[in-house]
Amino acid sequence: MRYTFLLYTDPADLSDMTPEDWQAEKEVYGAYIGALQKAGVFVDTDWLQPVHSATTLSLKGGTRQVQDGPFADTKETLGGYFVIDVPDLDAAMVWAQKCPAAKTGKVEIRASAMGGE
Amino acid sequence: MTDAARAAELAARGSYGRLLALLSSRTHDIALAEDALAEAFARALSHWPAHGIPDNPDAWLLTTARNRLTDSQRRQFRFPTVNEIPDMPSSELADGSIPDRRLSLLMVCAHPAIAQDLHVPLMLQTVLGLEAKTIARLFLISPVALSKRLVRTKAKIRDAGIPFALPCDDALRERSTAILEALYALHAHDWQDPAENLGDEAFYLADLLGRLIVDNAEALGLAALIAFSHARARARIVDDMLVPTDEQDVTLWNDALIRYGKRQLHCAYVKSSVGRFQIEAAIESVHIARKETGSTDWLALNKLYVALLKIAPSVGSLVAQAVVTGRLHGPRAGQEALDAAETVTGSGYQPLWAARADLQARAGNHLAAAKSYDKAISLATDGPTINLLARKRAQELNK
Repeated sequence: MRYTFLLYTDPADLSDMTPEDWQAEKEVYGAYIGALQKAGVFVDTDWLQPVHSATTLSLKGGTRQVQDGPFADTKETLGGYFVIDVPDLDAAMVWAQKCPAAKTGKVEIRASAMGGE
Repeated sequence: MTDAARAAELAARGSYGRLLALLSSRTHDIALAEDALAEAFARALSHWPAHGIPDNPDAWLLTTARNRLTDSQRRQFRFPTVNEIPDMPSSELADGSIPDRRLSLLMVCAHPAIAQDLHVPLMLQTVLGLEAKTIARLFLISPVALSKRLVRTKAKIRDAGIPFALPCDDALRERSTAILEALYALHAHDWQDPAENLGDEAFYLADLLGRLIVDNAEALGLAALIAFSHARARARIVDDMLVPTDEQDVTLWNDALIRYGKRQLHCAYVKSSVGRFQIEAAIESVHIARKETGSTDWLALNKLYVALLKIAPSVGSLVAQAVVTGRLHGPRAGQEALDAAETVTGSGYQPLWAARADLQARAGNHLAAAKSYDKAISLATDGPTINLLARKRAQELNK
């Protein structure tokens, strides 16, 4: 089954980072991606631009509403995601525990509702 | 890295930890001491090639770093915790050796006012001189977040006045336990994720601690445990595949480390104050004895696991004891013990499924075994373990 990890972290933790800092940060995530690939469970991942660049759009109520910013203003924001393919929630939880974001923020685990393999 | 290069690196770390412990015990400011020491090392690199290596490199580094410390304290006024750094009493360096304050530094790293998950990173950074970036990669933590927490913690150590002196009696015992727990966590991390190769660091610190707190039987027990585990490191992973203890090639086990472990365990034993680390070391020593006897004494292992589960119950030893039961009383008895263990571990515990698969295989139930291996594989996150489980699974499907 496919599981998506939504990575919530505090953007303040990543403020004023030097290029070297980014490089070190990428290496840690690279190691995690490597472990997922080696185990054959990796599907997809992305690292999102900071939440201040978010645009929220809705047509609910018949009119187009565009909001400059995220849907919900919270201290910890969605910073990226992983999609992995594992048999069940037990396995998804083992991998979520290993995710770097779990150690400094929160990882929300959501099973795919699309069904099938 | 060659063994010689690795040895040189660890020797350099030996003086790094000693120097940092001494410098920071004077100022209580670990960050400032780190900066001063880094500058001293940088100066050594530019100074020594031209002027020759001094007779006592450690003393040179200490004096240089101490001068930097005095300069920077004069330059920027900080909180007046220490007005002035006392002059070095000449007796300290009379025999050319640096006094060892590393135990005090370890006590600071494992102080109850410091978040528990920072104990190990602080020890690795201050006593072994590992960079925050390296520690973050080893533990898959965001390097920036870890660096920030370490900086904040060092400021807290300075500003909150966490003492650099050794506590007495009860507090000493409690803090020693905190250091041992941190070292055990480091060892367990290395053991579960062998690709990360932290074994040398864990062994270095355990050996150091065994020598610094000699009257603590558990410190010796932990040093023995880590030495025994470390002795089997080369036999444990072959061609990126984990090898179960009772299938390992004993000729690859390191005799010097085994002798060291036996000596430590014996020293611990005569103090007649038994504890969890000594029992775990004794369990390792039973496995190690196969090198001489050619077989594994499952009866002795059973007794030790019973004792371990009484003193320090854990999901790992619960599953291990079920495995021992299976060897002693047959697969069915082992399965029952595992079913009981599952009520504690839950279904998401990889060793439980690997053990279950092994018992099903021994009972001749090959398809069930392959299915259990599937589940175990899904719960494994490191390559060597996945490769072992996949090999065993393939064996079952071929039967």
